[in-house]
Amino acid sequence: MPNQKKYWKSEVELNEQSTLVDELSQKEFAQKLPEDLLGSTELPDSDTSRRDFLKYMGFSTAAATLAACEGPVNTSIPYVIQPEQIIPGVANFYATTIVDGFDTASILIKTREGRPIKVENNPDAPVHNTANARVQASVLSLYDSMRVQGPTQAGVDVSWETLESNVRTQLAQMADANEEVVLLTPSLASPTTQQLIKKFQVKYPNVTHHVYDAISDTAALNAFEKAYGKRALPSYDFSKATCIVSIGADILGDWQGGGFDAGYSKSRIPKGKAGKATMSKHYQFEANMTLSGANADHRIPTTATQQQFIMAALYGELTNITYPTPLSDAIKKKVKAIAAELKAAGERGIVVTGLDNEDAQRAALAINHQLGSKVIDVNHATQLRQGDASVINQLVNNVNSGKVKGIIMAGVNPAYTLPNAEAFVAGLKKAKLSLCFSMKNDETALHCQWVAATPHYLESWGDVEMKTGHYALTQPTIRPLFNTKQFQDVLLSLSESSSNYKDTIKSYWSSNILGGNSFNDALHDGYFVSKKSDTLRYRDNVEALIQRLARAKAVSGLELHLYTKTGIGDGQQANNPWLQEFPDPISRVTWDNYLTVSKADAEALGLKNINQSDGALDGSVAEISLNGKIVKAPVLIQPGQAKGTVGLAFGYGKTAGMKSEMQVGTNAYPLYTNFSPVQSVSVTATKDMHEFACTQLQNTLMGRGEIVRETTLEIFNTKDAKYWNPMTQVSRDHVEIDVTAKEADMWQAFDRSIGHHFNLSIDLNACTGCGACVIACHAENNVPIVGKREIRKSRDMHWLRIDRYYSSEETFKEDLEVVDNISGLSDSLSTFGKMEDPSANPEVTFQPVMCQHCNHAPCETVCPVAASSHGRQGQNHMAYNRCVGTRYCANNCPYKVRRFNWFLYNKNDEFDYYMNDDLGRMVLNPDVVVRSRGVMEKCSLCIQMTQKTILDAKLEGREIKDGEFQTACSNACGNGALSFGDINDKESHVKQLTEDKRMYHLLESIGTKPNVMYQVKVRNT
Amino acid sequence: MKVEFNHQLTYMLESSFLAKLPLLFFSLCFSVVLNAQEPDIQKGKSLFNANCAACHKLNKRAVGPALAGVSSKYDKEWLYSWIKNSTAMVKSGDAQAVAIYEEYNGSVMTSFPQLSDEDIDNILAYTDYTPPAPAAGTQAVEVAAAPESSATNDLILAVLMLVLAALVTMLFLVNKTLRKIAAANGVEFMNKEKQSRTPLWKAYAQNPFLVFVTVIFLLLSSAYVGYSYIMQVGIDQGYMPIQPIHYSHKIHAGDNQIECKYCHSSARVSKHSGIPSLNVCMNCHMNIAEYNGEEDLEKGYTKEFYTNEIKKLYKAVGWDEQTQSYTGDTQPVKWIRIHNLPDFVYFNHAQHVSVAGIECQKCHGPVEEMEIMYQHSSLTMGWCINCHRETNVKVKDNEYYTKIHEELSKKYGVDKLTAAQMGGLECGKCHY
Repeated sequence: MPNQKKYWKSEVELNEQSTLVDELSQKEFAQKLPEDLLGSTELPDSDTSRRDFLKYMGFSTAAATLAACEGPVNTSIPYVIQPEQIIPGVANFYATTIVDGFDTASILIKTREGRPIKVENNPDAPVHNTANARVQASVLSLYDSMRVQGPTQAGVDVSWETLESNVRTQLAQMADANEEVVLLTPSLASPTTQQLIKKFQVKYPNVTHHVYDAISDTAALNAFEKAYGKRALPSYDFSKATCIVSIGADILGDWQGGGFDAGYSKSRIPKGKAGKATMSKHYQFEANMTLSGANADHRIPTTATQQQFIMAALYGELTNITYPTPLSDAIKKKVKAIAAELKAAGERGIVVTGLDNEDAQRAALAINHQLGSKVIDVNHATQLRQGDASVINQLVNNVNSGKVKGIIMAGVNPAYTLPNAEAFVAGLKKAKLSLCFSMKNDETALHCQWVAATPHYLESWGDVEMKTGHYALTQPTIRPLFNTKQFQDVLLSLSESSSNYKDTIKSYWSSNILGGNSFNDALHDGYFVSKKSDTLRYRDNVEALIQRLARAKAVSGLELHLYTKTGIGDGQQANNPWLQEFPDPISRVTWDNYLTVSKADAEALGLKNINQSDGALDGSVAEISLNGKIVKAPVLIQPGQAKGTVGLAFGYGKTAGMKSEMQVGTNAYPLYTNFSPVQSVSVTATKDMHEFACTQLQNTLMGRGEIVRETTLEIFNTKDAKYWNPMTQVSRDHVEIDVTAKEADMWQAFDRSIGHHFNLSIDLNACTGCGACVIACHAENNVPIVGKREIRKSRDMHWLRIDRYYSSEETFKEDLEVVDNISGLSDSLSTFGKMEDPSANPEVTFQPVMCQHCNHAPCETVCPVAASSHGRQGQNHMAYNRCVGTRYCANNCPYKVRRFNWFLYNKNDEFDYYMNDDLGRMVLNPDVVVRSRGVMEKCSLCIQMTQKTILDAKLEGREIKDGEFQTACSNACGNGALSFGDINDKESHVKQLTEDKRMYHLLESIGTKPNVMYQVKVRNT
Repeated sequence: MKVEFNHQLTYMLESSFLAKLPLLFFSLCFSVVLNAQEPDIQKGKSLFNANCAACHKLNKRAVGPALAGVSSKYDKEWLYSWIKNSTAMVKSGDAQAVAIYEEYNGSVMTSFPQLSDEDIDNILAYTDYTPPAPAAGTQAVEVAAAPESSATNDLILAVLMLVLAALVTMLFLVNKTLRKIAAANGVEFMNKEKQSRTPLWKAYAQNPFLVFVTVIFLLLSSAYVGYSYIMQVGIDQGYMPIQPIHYSHKIHAGDNQIECKYCHSSARVSKHSGIPSLNVCMNCHMNIAEYNGEEDLEKGYTKEFYTNEIKKLYKAVGWDEQTQSYTGDTQPVKWIRIHNLPDFVYFNHAQHVSVAGIECQKCHGPVEEMEIMYQHSSLTMGWCINCHRETNVKVKDNEYYTKIHEELSKKYGVDKLTAAQMGGLECGKCHY
């Protein structure tokens, strides 16, 4: 019997009277097609059928395709009169110096056809001769499309004559009325500029000059002045140290102007006879996890208050006086041990502190004096930091009250960097005269009557005394791109001098510095060293201070530690996409700053970090309140963060003079009350979640010793290399053989014994994770910037990444033991699960990873179009024009170093970073192709540089010497962590490194035979 | 830069002078031996070209004044002493000498103490000489002579055509006559057999095999044509754009034998061969303001045409012919680039020109014969690779190669190495 049941879809169907169901069943579409389809009401009457339409479409597409095949007409415009030094296609190098008030470095600038394209270290210079990531990236800031292109008055373009004559008249009037005018600059260690300012003050006696450092070193300056009678900072050479004790000083970061990492790394490589190798020992007490803490042999997370106790206790131990401190017994014991080691190290010991506390700074100087430390050099002190916080506090009050009638600012942005910026801006608006020398329409420039467009340092002249007797020169490497004028030239004009700054420098140097030596030689070298030296005597007495330190009071609430990030620093170059996309060495987060919180505190405060299923990281947004000020920042749970402390980086949250893509993060300067980097704050969780763009999700190494190998100095000295650096074994005919043995190899290999064979060695002991190489790689190889959204999707394009690994136990060694003791499946599952959590105070290692240029490359065998192939010189070649974008190679790469162009990143409005405008594209290296959408790219071992070296040798008809072959990363590394060369040259340094017993290859067991090698990390525990 | 210029100029003057010295000596002896009374215009011309032409022109002011008819302006004795030592005369305060010295902004005329009075007479005779105006008749003949050859060609063609037409008519007539005779004799044509035969095209269409073969052939050939068409897209062999200044490589590199790398100097050291900057042009063209070489009237390349192109150079570089100085008003020349390689190829001239010692013509073709520059080679990858396979590396006298060559030749037992054997076929050598 047939089923009588009626199924219905709608009630209407049940109504037999309704015609709707019938109607609908006849029609595919319920409604008529809209009449204005394709914009024509006459469409139904049109003769054009659908077929015709398709025909026309097809024809026009084909026609357009063929028409597009017609090549464009390129023009070539030679010079009318070619400068002698410039040969198109040949790079010129100029020595110059960057001094921007935060970073200082003697550098070489590579220019092509007159435009600077790359920053290189100037290894001949005696001080500050390595460029950090920010200095490496500074060349891109030259081509910043947001720069001010000429002088303006209230936002309207004016001529320089108008600006100068108006300001001159106004200054003269104010001088007559004796109204106070303030000249605000960052620390100027430039002897010529200081002289100019003095002359300016003679002309206008009502002008007072104040030095304002956005990030203050007041305590250290005051301490040194009290101890040695000169307001300066001592210089340090950590290569001489055997025992380094840092109490809250990020010596590998921006502490006291930075630039100490090269010397530090030298002391960290185990040297000496086998079995008796030595290296320095580094103790770090700190709250935030810094680069210094990550590299230290012993890192003890402590609050700032505890650090003061530690300083007192350490001083006590060294002088055999006991100061009662509320420290835990464990720390006391540690301090005692450290004191003993310091005593043993004697003049090779050093104690440094980053505490913003004059007492602590003086105590450190006292200890160093007592040790007779040779690491610290007081007679060649630096004046790269001069600012005095109390003076600036007073100044802001005076500006706000209207006492200061005129303000001239150069190289500072107080409306952004001052903790009480509103008070300053209110006063600035009231001022009769406000003139701001700026490269950007930044927060301060927006509130000034006059904005004087200044050139970038690569378009400027300048000089600096880096430390006593060590001078350096800045010279322009390109004609000014815009209608800009240097601050010093305007000062000269306002002082009614007919001279220009360049000639002033020249005459000042000739009469005061050079002592008969040639100015042109100094300009060529970029630096000049005179015999000038101080003879400063220690004259401080610190007994009473130590008492004070020992009685320091803990803050209520959480201790906020403000710091500067390796990428953005104080925020001057916040509009630089290379730096924004630079992954922070510790957190591996890009495009953001965040509140770093310890795991314990995060749990107590209800703050969360969540990993999304696609690998992206989300963090709760927290409210940080300080004296009524509330700042919101996302939270990142940071292993190693001292309990009871939180950290927040300066330099973010800038909005003025910035591309919208670059306006990220939170401004931490409002929390910098009284210029103290440690504040007592309260933190509360909000319901909001923030999306991070983090480039590394796997935080721990899970005990996989094949990736990062490390050992201790003791084992290194006492045991055979096979114990701490074993070669992986494979079984062949039930016999264990080395994985590198010929019998274990099933591939045929090139004969590489003739010609060049390039190898790159990476010393894990010398690498501090500073990231200069990452930016250098960007600059050399035209690596595109993809933006925060893409990074969050793991589509970052960095050819060179620096992996950071935490241990899940206190040390990596303990991790290994845990892995070894796993028994059974359930145990392994639960143990590995646990091992994903880093320890509260983990050991950290940095590992730069780029294409390993395997001799048996897994990527090459899977490419269907042979776009990836091998060269006899050891480089794995990538022919972009051949690549069709299957991405098989990336899938098959065990090191995950291949990068895919998901989009066209140049000339594309969706990626408005630097390759989208003519100005930004000027930084591109003309020897390296800019890749387009749909192709794979990766590290080439800078084949354009090795080829250039070979060609130069051929042209000159000579053999190549060791050290001539370089890559962008090995050139940028001032720490000696990256060495590059030809292993067929038996004398070469890199050849010796291949035979070093510390040498190992990444994932040796898979038999890829890489041309990149690593040197085992040795810890001096 | 200016200093460098002057330096170069004096260098050129000196060198040309030194080069001509023996010649001068020779001609001096010659004139003495022969009759010395009558000034020799021919000799005067060669002396003028050797000594004076660097700074003087006959009818136009150059570095110095125009010299046509100069003997009528000054006393002969005065001219002798002026030419032999002008500086001394200016110093002595001779009014005429000082006037001319000041008129030319104090530029000193080179002294020619080696010229005898007779030489000077010869030169003056040359400068005074006005060539007789060519008779109208001869010119007309010359003009008429040019089209003559083409006219004869046409005539021959016309006669041939006539003969052919006559032959065809004759054939037709003969056929007609023969048919008439045949008809008269009762001969009949047999057409039946022909009619019963199937026409060829039908037979062809009915044979499936033949049709099949033809279709296959057509498909293959159209595929071949299509493929060749697609493959030539982007290849600009023969590309010959019109340049802003008609620069003739034929005149410079061909007629005047100027070395390629004199102008394209960066080809020796750089990846770019470089288009010479305009100051390089002015090294010569400061003195060469007009064209006096061969003409190609058919294409319109007259002397005026070339001289006009030199004027374009002067305009671009900002050179004022009247005052013989730079005005500073420059207009860079936008040349149209002929040899364009894609961005993803790295090519270095220095490697090929200096290291390998390859002649420019190997890739750029007979440049010295090109009135208008064009792209000679296809510049495709296949073209590059072929050359790399065939060309031996120039290892001689280059220490860089010494060791590598020794080892490689020992290993492979060959004396010569091609670029390909040295790794010249690896992708990454040109693509990065």
